[in-house]
Amino acid sequence: MKILPHADIVIVGGGWTGLLMAKELGSRTSLSIVVLERGATHSSSEYASGMDELEYAIRFRMMQDLSQETVTIRHSAGDRAFPLRQYGAFLPGTGVGGAGEHWSAVFPRFLPDVFELYSRTVEKYGAAHLPEDHAIQDWSVTYDELEPYYTRVENLLGISGKAGNIRGVKIEGGNIFEGWRSAEYPTPPTKVPYFSELFHQAADSLGYHPYPVPAATLSRLYTNPEGVTRPGCTYCGFCETFGCMIGAKSQPTNTLLPIIAKRKNIAIHSGANVRRIVHDSTKNRNQARGVTYVDLTGQEFFQPADLVFLASWTLNNTRLLLLSKLGEPFDPATGRGTVGRNLTHQVMLNAATAFFEKPLNRFMGSGASGMMFNDLDGDVFDHTNVPFLRGGAFLGRSARSLPIGESDVLPKSVQSRWGSAWKRALLHYYDRAGRITFIGDHLAYQGNYLDLDPTYKDHLGDPLLRLTIDWRDNERRMSEFAAQKAVELARAMGAKEINPSLALTHYDATRYQSSHIQGGAIMGASPENSVVNSWLQHWLTPNLFILGASSFPQNAAANPTPTILAQTLRTADAVVDHYLKSPGALI
Amino acid sequence: MRRRHFLTLSASSLGGLLISSLDGKISRLADAAQPNQPIRIPLRFFTETEALIVSAAVSRIFPTDDSGPGAREAGVTIYIDRQLAGPWGRDRHRYTQPPFEDAPPEFGYQSKATPRDTYREGLKNLTGLHLLGSEEQDAALRGIENTHFFSLLRRNTIEGMFSDPRHGGNVGLIGWQLIGFPGPRMSNLEDIDRHYGEAFRPKPASLHQITGSKLTASGDES
Repeated sequence: MKILPHADIVIVGGGWTGLLMAKELGSRTSLSIVVLERGATHSSSEYASGMDELEYAIRFRMMQDLSQETVTIRHSAGDRAFPLRQYGAFLPGTGVGGAGEHWSAVFPRFLPDVFELYSRTVEKYGAAHLPEDHAIQDWSVTYDELEPYYTRVENLLGISGKAGNIRGVKIEGGNIFEGWRSAEYPTPPTKVPYFSELFHQAADSLGYHPYPVPAATLSRLYTNPEGVTRPGCTYCGFCETFGCMIGAKSQPTNTLLPIIAKRKNIAIHSGANVRRIVHDSTKNRNQARGVTYVDLTGQEFFQPADLVFLASWTLNNTRLLLLSKLGEPFDPATGRGTVGRNLTHQVMLNAATAFFEKPLNRFMGSGASGMMFNDLDGDVFDHTNVPFLRGGAFLGRSARSLPIGESDVLPKSVQSRWGSAWKRALLHYYDRAGRITFIGDHLAYQGNYLDLDPTYKDHLGDPLLRLTIDWRDNERRMSEFAAQKAVELARAMGAKEINPSLALTHYDATRYQSSHIQGGAIMGASPENSVVNSWLQHWLTPNLFILGASSFPQNAAANPTPTILAQTLRTADAVVDHYLKSPGALI
Repeated sequence: MRRRHFLTLSASSLGGLLISSLDGKISRLADAAQPNQPIRIPLRFFTETEALIVSAAVSRIFPTDDSGPGAREAGVTIYIDRQLAGPWGRDRHRYTQPPFEDAPPEFGYQSKATPRDTYREGLKNLTGLHLLGSEEQDAALRGIENTHFFSLLRRNTIEGMFSDPRHGGNVGLIGWQLIGFPGPRMSNLEDIDRHYGEAFRPKPASLHQITGSKLTASGDES
């Protein structure tokens, strides 16, 4: 193993969180920073020539190479786990920029009560109302504490939207249920395609409060506070699973790299696959000393550093802790241990697919162009006669209309799967189908967790991460409720035929469910029930910080990236203002 | 090195040159220079007989009929041949470490067989398909329609109809014209919030046509 020169800071992972931390620390200090990214570099020029559905949306060119490493999945602790041999339920990115290159860029804040889910729920409904086997916890950070960081992130990325609550003043046309925000969005909402306008009118007519989807895709030319200028969106429709050809969609490569490139103290190494965190964990001394990695030629390196950041996505953060034997693995039988606990995904449904008489021209759009509402989200609505906790947002987006991926979106009345009748139906309905999406909470349960698989290995011989995950009645009932409400909406939109989503039964690894995976290295108020403190600092190893949604105690009914980035900025401030002045545990 | 195989097609059966008009109707022009010359296309994976069987099968899955041209004119067989010759056909990016166990369907395809294996085996059950009449062909396909092979064949047919022509199918953008998809477009900025309730159908263009870039399709890697 080759020992590299010492760096002040090593960051594992070159996606949103790793590069945001590198930018913050690298531009506010002169410390030497090494970012290790296992995938390749990306450039904007490849994205224009990459508007190719087969390569990017079907063969998943931007995702991790499963032939090298995947995960295994099972429903409960007594079951055999099977490897995820091809992509399905989620799509982890790879390469510089990570999943932030191929995301759809929907950018909502979480509702304020999300951060105090346990105490608010118990206060209102009593502890007996919580599901059996639940592992719900408060976050140890509040919405009010995160609000300034949400605002900074929105200005950095140039989020397009319409505020519904500025310092407590409710504003019609925005999301009146959102937490207070200190300012209006930096850019106005994106344009509204036809399907989304139908959704808007139907939601209005049913008494909901629709507003434009907050988008990290610019509605117009924008220069952020750090001087990075990006153009407005042209609604080409190639967002999710693609990189943006013009940089209108905020991505780490177009929003953070221009700043990082000017800093001589930041080095990004691609093709560097980190395998272990090297650490001393004894009674008297708990310290990370650096990381080991292997490059594309197979050569091994040790990168020593004073400060280590894990920023390699939820699942890999947890896997590295387990492989490095850093912390006690969670045992669901006894409840002991913290590493791997509180695995959550997302209740993401095409709650209703609506088929219209008129064509929708849905090749035009963006990943985040559309309307949404939160009247049935969180604890916004009366749950007295509702057999589940929480809820979710309904969205009428005009995104993902590419013909291969949409070829199975047909009304139930179409029986055939091939041949002339099927072909005629496919050609007719392709541009007449729109989806009402529901994005709801997945609560945390003791029985849903991460550990190392005893059987399957990666290409280097290390055990794969094992996901033990299944839905419970709360998610199943929520999915039935969402389908009913979405069918009402589709009717109000004038749909001629409607396919409601099937209710959730068991976790289906083949069905895309968003790439919003949380937990494994969660934050909390004590080392008894969490891996990191509210500053995302490891409880026992103070020079290790773990960024990203691995810190979320449970999923919330919204896309996680805004909260992930706000937390990252909050940690960056704490490191610069406190940790670097006096290294040790932050309180 | 295996013997070279070719798929020999008459210009009229492949479609020759396909020209679209703006009203969506598709007219077919024979190659003016060599109207009756057969076209010989070198195959990278299939044998000639296999290619004829695949061609017959995909033409029943996505037939040429009164709703317009189909898999035959779009070059779907050549698309599938290229895909099987390339990384996808070889499972270059699938997790293929043992043990291989039977799993409930919600854990996805778990078998060892690559797409190349699946086609080579599956085609044995369709021997002589290209020699049958269309009703007999449909009956033969109904006999295998619940197999993994058929689901791959169907999925690949759809891909060959609607993927960018750089991959070998969608010849003359025939699939995109049929379904009303314009392909990649640099800007819809002026149109995104107009044309409400009316079909807006810009003339399709391929990636090569809009970017001018010369690209290597994944299927061209051997």
